[in-house]
Amino acid sequence: MKTSNELIHPNLNSSRRDFLRNASLLSGGLIIALSLPACHRAVPPSKMAGSSQPSAWLRIGTDNKITIIVDRSEMGQGVYTTLPMLIAEELELPLSAINIEAAPVGAHYVNDLAGGQLTGGSTSTRDAWEKLRIAGAQARMVLIEAASRRLGAPATTLWVKDGYIHGAGDARLTFGDVAELAATLPLPSPKEVVLKKTASFELIGKGAARLDSPSKIDGSAEFGIDVKLRGMKYAALIQSPVLGGTVQSVDSTEAVGMPGVVKILTVGQGSGVLVVATHYWQALKARDALKIVWSPGARLNVSNATIRAGLKAASSGNGLSARKDGDALAVLKSAPHTLSATYELPLLAHATLEPMNCTADVQASRCDVYVGTQVQQMAQEVAAHAAGMKPDQVRIHTTLLGGGFGRRLETDFIPAAVEGSKALGAPVKVIWTREDDMTHDTYRPPAYDQIVAGLAANGDIDAIHIKITSPSVTARLFPSPDSNEVDSFAVEAAANYLYDVPNIFVEYVQHEVGIDVGYWRSVSHALNCFVVESFMDELAHSRGVDPVEYRRQLLKKQPRALRVLNEAASRADWGKTEKGHFLGVSVMEGYGSYLAQVADISLDASGKMKIHRVVCVVDCGIKVNPKIVESQVFGGIVFGLSAALWGDIHIEGGEVKQANFDTYRVLRMSETPQIDVHLLDSTETPGGMGEPSTALVAPAVANALFAATRKRLRTLPFAGQIAIA
Amino acid sequence: MIKLNINGGELEADMSADTPLLWALRDHLGMTGTKFGCGKGLCGACTVHLDDQPVRSCSVSVGDAVGHKIRTIEGLSVDRSHPVQKAWLEIDVPQCGYCQSGQIMAATALLATNPSPTDADIDSAMSGNICRCGTYPRIRAAIHRAAELSREATAK
Ligand code: FES
Ligand code: FES
Repeated sequence: MKTSNELIHPNLNSSRRDFLRNASLLSGGLIIALSLPACHRAVPPSKMAGSSQPSAWLRIGTDNKITIIVDRSEMGQGVYTTLPMLIAEELELPLSAINIEAAPVGAHYVNDLAGGQLTGGSTSTRDAWEKLRIAGAQARMVLIEAASRRLGAPATTLWVKDGYIHGAGDARLTFGDVAELAATLPLPSPKEVVLKKTASFELIGKGAARLDSPSKIDGSAEFGIDVKLRGMKYAALIQSPVLGGTVQSVDSTEAVGMPGVVKILTVGQGSGVLVVATHYWQALKARDALKIVWSPGARLNVSNATIRAGLKAASSGNGLSARKDGDALAVLKSAPHTLSATYELPLLAHATLEPMNCTADVQASRCDVYVGTQVQQMAQEVAAHAAGMKPDQVRIHTTLLGGGFGRRLETDFIPAAVEGSKALGAPVKVIWTREDDMTHDTYRPPAYDQIVAGLAANGDIDAIHIKITSPSVTARLFPSPDSNEVDSFAVEAAANYLYDVPNIFVEYVQHEVGIDVGYWRSVSHALNCFVVESFMDELAHSRGVDPVEYRRQLLKKQPRALRVLNEAASRADWGKTEKGHFLGVSVMEGYGSYLAQVADISLDASGKMKIHRVVCVVDCGIKVNPKIVESQVFGGIVFGLSAALWGDIHIEGGEVKQANFDTYRVLRMSETPQIDVHLLDSTETPGGMGEPSTALVAPAVANALFAATRKRLRTLPFAGQIAIA
Repeated sequence: MIKLNINGGELEADMSADTPLLWALRDHLGMTGTKFGCGKGLCGACTVHLDDQPVRSCSVSVGDAVGHKIRTIEGLSVDRSHPVQKAWLEIDVPQCGYCQSGQIMAATALLATNPSPTDADIDSAMSGNICRCGTYPRIRAAIHRAAELSREATAK
């Protein structure tokens, strides 16, 4: 079975390009499905032949082609390597033998930690940790059972190694040799499965090279923006400059006659105009020639000033309790001393390097969508709606993502491609320009946060009240029917306040600001860690105690946090700093991982800050692939530092004022400090590592700046408050 | 018809002379290894070589590229054997990978004129190339490693 629009690959000798195509061309013949887990028993080969989608994580062909179907989106965090490693570990399979395919939409691809087929929240490894190892072990057992029948030897005398099933003497079979037989045997139940002991891991814990790297160094890796279908047209979308505005009238007289233009249509219930052309450059030029009158809609009066004033006003009201230990409010009333501070955080754009894009191919009774998405099911629903079809008529082909960071948890860039393709009767690829992407993001929530500590006469903290006021991403994307439910993604790194304080009250005031906000790498950890860890520093300094020592005293009951703190302090030579250098520290638990960071800065004669080094110590439990964990720590710190130094989206008259990397500055190589990452050995269950390091760098730098200047920066970004070298 | 010299061969396509080289490569000629990131010369994702110099292909029109030698990521080697590609694999640089074609083209141009760059040389040659995934520490290590591999190769 071939799809009518077979993907056209200019570089056919690159097998890695084929993952997309395989997902749609999976067909009978030699392919036998070994479908896991047990609750989704193998689809009989006859059915498989007619099916276009495999049903779980592993497929072994009678030709011994071994394919692992990865149900999380590869956006740089390494899931196309770490998830296959979990299966391969139990199957004793060399990674070089594995082909990777992106999973279609499917019930068994649901992320149990996220409640949907979703890549985010640093959940991929945590969700897969047992699931995929069990799947690998089940496959191992059933392959051995099949080999036992084939060889007439007891299963207990057989073993798998290096991708073969071995038996006494020279007996050796490939997985493919027994795949057909194995597919007819019952899978052992997960309870019967015996997983390998940690000590005998051969892949887990070692830094295997990423399986997607070869395609990413020769230009053959296929991102959404690279998808090419036969007969495909390119489209540029124009959306209202005022967020949420709609088209009042379009004058396309000039544009319609321009070279290459094939169609101009209003899409997205009037939210935009799509210009479809033979080539993208033609579409862009024609887009410039459109004369559109927009109805600005309700957001015309939204600006940074109104957002800030609204948050501040809301912050004086009562919120919901995210954590209550003891009675912090009562203790605060009678505390001999209190220390309080207010912190403010700006809106931020995601700015993935690959701008939003989507390719759709709507046919009479089906719709194929090729897209870099973090939410396959939601993408399917949105596309079905736009196509006027049922979700099961829509196939989502997940490409590689040129960065996700939470932006591709949204589906706003999908409908226009579907509508365009439907109107045209041909595949259409919509590409957003950088300007489209930056001015029509779902921005990281701004916040107005108040924090107050009640201190005993001896200076001990008796109570702490953290009051967070911000809009809720979850309320828009995954609304809860219970209005008294706190958005747990708004109070991270606060509700799990680590320090030993008897009375803790974490309060959340949800206040919508009139702009759509979105999940942004490390979500609210990055907001609240800045507040809490800056404030812990304020408390330490107010008592004249060293900030590391101060935290140590309060982390005695948190051995993992204490360990990363001590290790970071020692690796950063805390207390032995070179003259002219200043250190700042931060500690956090997030996604089941514990981290500590120390920033090392100096100021030149003119007062310009230079960040020399960031030390980050991590206890993330068992590290499935330490090299990938390390790269995620680098990445998070660079991402967090970009935001801390410069990240600031301005809204005026409902329009976003930053449009490209000249006005929305991000870290470049010359601005990147030395980053020293130390991963501690641990036998704890793996924690998430795609995000948390992002959150600690702003407070570490702010605390170093205080050490250097005695000036406390309680607002982000730092630019405008201090000169940056 | 516009005729371009790309990766040692002549390719031609029907397009207007003001078409940016980036879109000519990607849409007209099917070479999608060169990426679109900003369209304004700010991010480096579209870096290719024009007569061995790194240029931002989003900011060069095909009209201006005519008569010049263009090299793209696809033309660096047929088997990922360029020392920069080898070093990139050894250090396992890419994360999402989207910026990497541009990074590699910038790095190969640097090493062609400066076989033993210092950290400062690397910073100045590479700072036009944004990586939102933060692969900078590994890019720097990989450029040093590529320099080493090239030296080893010439010593042989
Ligand atoms: S796309 Fe050319 S520099 Fe960004
Ligand atoms: S690897 Fe993702 S932008 Fe560089």
